[in-house]
Amino acid sequence: MRIKLDRTLCDGFGICGVHAPESFSIDEWGYASLAAPLAGSGEVPTREEDGVRRAVLDCPVHAITELPEAGRPVA
Amino acid sequence: MRTNVPAGARIATAYPGISPRLLSSGAEDEDIGAYRSGGGYRPLGDAEAFVREVEASGLRGRGGAAFPAGRKLRAVRDHGAEPVVVANGEEGEPASVKDRWLMRHRPHLVLDGLRLAALGAGTRDAHVYVSDPRSRQSIERALEEARRDPAFAIEVSVTQVEPAYVAGEETAVVQAVNGGPAVPTDKPPRPFEEGVDGRPTLVGNVETLANLPWVQRLGASGYRALGTERSPGTFLMTLTSPGGTGLHEIPFGTTLRSVLTWAGEDVGSVRGFLMGGYFAGVAGKDALDVPLDYDAFAALRSGLGCGAVAVLHRDDCPVATSAAVMAYFARENAGQCGSCFNGTAAMSAVLESLRDHKASAADVERLRGWSTGLRGRGACGTLDGAANVAAALLREFPETVAVHLDGRCGPCAAGDVRLEPPSAALEPAGHGP
Ligand SMILES: Cc1cc2nc3c(=O)[nH]c(=O)nc-3n(C[C@H](O)[C@H](O)[C@H](O)COP(=O)(O)O)c2cc1C
Ligand code: SF4
Ligand code: SF4
Repeated sequence: MRIKLDRTLCDGFGICGVHAPESFSIDEWGYASLAAPLAGSGEVPTREEDGVRRAVLDCPVHAITELPEAGRPVA
Repeated sequence: MRTNVPAGARIATAYPGISPRLLSSGAEDEDIGAYRSGGGYRPLGDAEAFVREVEASGLRGRGGAAFPAGRKLRAVRDHGAEPVVVANGEEGEPASVKDRWLMRHRPHLVLDGLRLAALGAGTRDAHVYVSDPRSRQSIERALEEARRDPAFAIEVSVTQVEPAYVAGEETAVVQAVNGGPAVPTDKPPRPFEEGVDGRPTLVGNVETLANLPWVQRLGASGYRALGTERSPGTFLMTLTSPGGTGLHEIPFGTTLRSVLTWAGEDVGSVRGFLMGGYFAGVAGKDALDVPLDYDAFAALRSGLGCGAVAVLHRDDCPVATSAAVMAYFARENAGQCGSCFNGTAAMSAVLESLRDHKASAADVERLRGWSTGLRGRGACGTLDGAANVAAALLREFPETVAVHLDGRCGPCAAGDVRLEPPSAALEPAGHGP
């Protein structure tokens, strides 16, 4: 599973970091970036896939999108 | 408070012993006749061979990231879909004047470079992206002339936006050319994957493009006759000092000491520099003797960036300068990413209280944490630039930081420090903005 996170949309609710703490790194103001293992590729560690799926659904501003393996966001 | 003296006679001079490639020796406003008779707008025979020549030339991007221009051309050429090329002349960096100078005075050199980039990439679709009205006029006048020349062979449209620091970032460029606001978008996709009209897009700085006619004319090995192995050729340095702004064409590998001596600056009173525009932060005096080369400055953990260098003199305080630059970032970020608008505001608050001798050691430790922890957390590089400014101050001037915590800083006590960050003036006083 590959994802992207749009930091220009993120509103700092920090929900993703609760669902998938190894995939999302939350700053001291609550804003998310992809954590180091995902940086660049967006590739989610297998054991976090369920949590990341919940984050994709729960993010109130839809800042997290799943990518197809090839690169373009899933429409 | 120090004010920046407008540029005087030092504007636009080439380092001694080289024949300038980018700065013109002749007429102010380049016309197509002069440009063509000097060897410009040569037909491009084999585009693939030209791209190989650019790769072999080692030309690196002058917009700040020093990315190999040949590799970028190759990526869009081999992508599959027909690409678009964009000349980025926005020059949001306040310490830099080179791109506007090139567009105002050497529009045909820039357009010839854009033509070669387009043909090399395998397209006829090109854009010029500007904010400076005089640059736009100059480019449009030159375009009228060039379009009558069959060798020009490309379609160019011009996009003008309001000047802003972030407006020249490549995803802001793409979004604005597509009709949206000139603010960055998060990656992926990067422009070379999906840019203008959804097509693979090469965004090239105008100075980078202005080197392409020279690669065509001289070939890769002739191009490499100046510069260093890893930073071939010459670059335009915007040099800002209390004496004014100079725009100089310098072969890579020269030292700042040589440049300053030649430019008539008092090297003995240099305390340090602000490097790479606002992006790399302050550097100490040891930068005087490091060859001006992208990798040599990266090894110092500094950077040449877009080639803008501001001199800090004995009576400047690096804490005050860094605070002024950070305040600029806190004001001019695009306000889109939480880590960026919160992080720049927090770093700015600490640097301003440090400047005013009101910060605690704990504040400085928080600054140190942000200077590494905030890196990479913005959609664009602005937050990384801000983190660099904090990190560079703490690394290069620890004693001055300590004096601001526990003592009394001399230049600051004298009341002569900068409250505004250094900025460069494009024309001598009385010659317009
Ligand atoms: C905040 C920010 C502002 C930038 N502003 C400019 C600019 O004004 N002009 C420019 O050419 N590049 C600018 N860049 C760099 C561009 O994103 C891009 O790398 C460059 O235009 C590519 O050209 P080059 O490879 O020829 O250097 C900026 C980058 C950042 C992160
Ligand atoms: S859940 Fe969405 S809004 Fe909240 S921190 Fe994560 S990305 Fe940002
Ligand atoms: S990192 Fe800062 S300047 Fe860049 S897009 Fe985000 S908020 Fe804007």
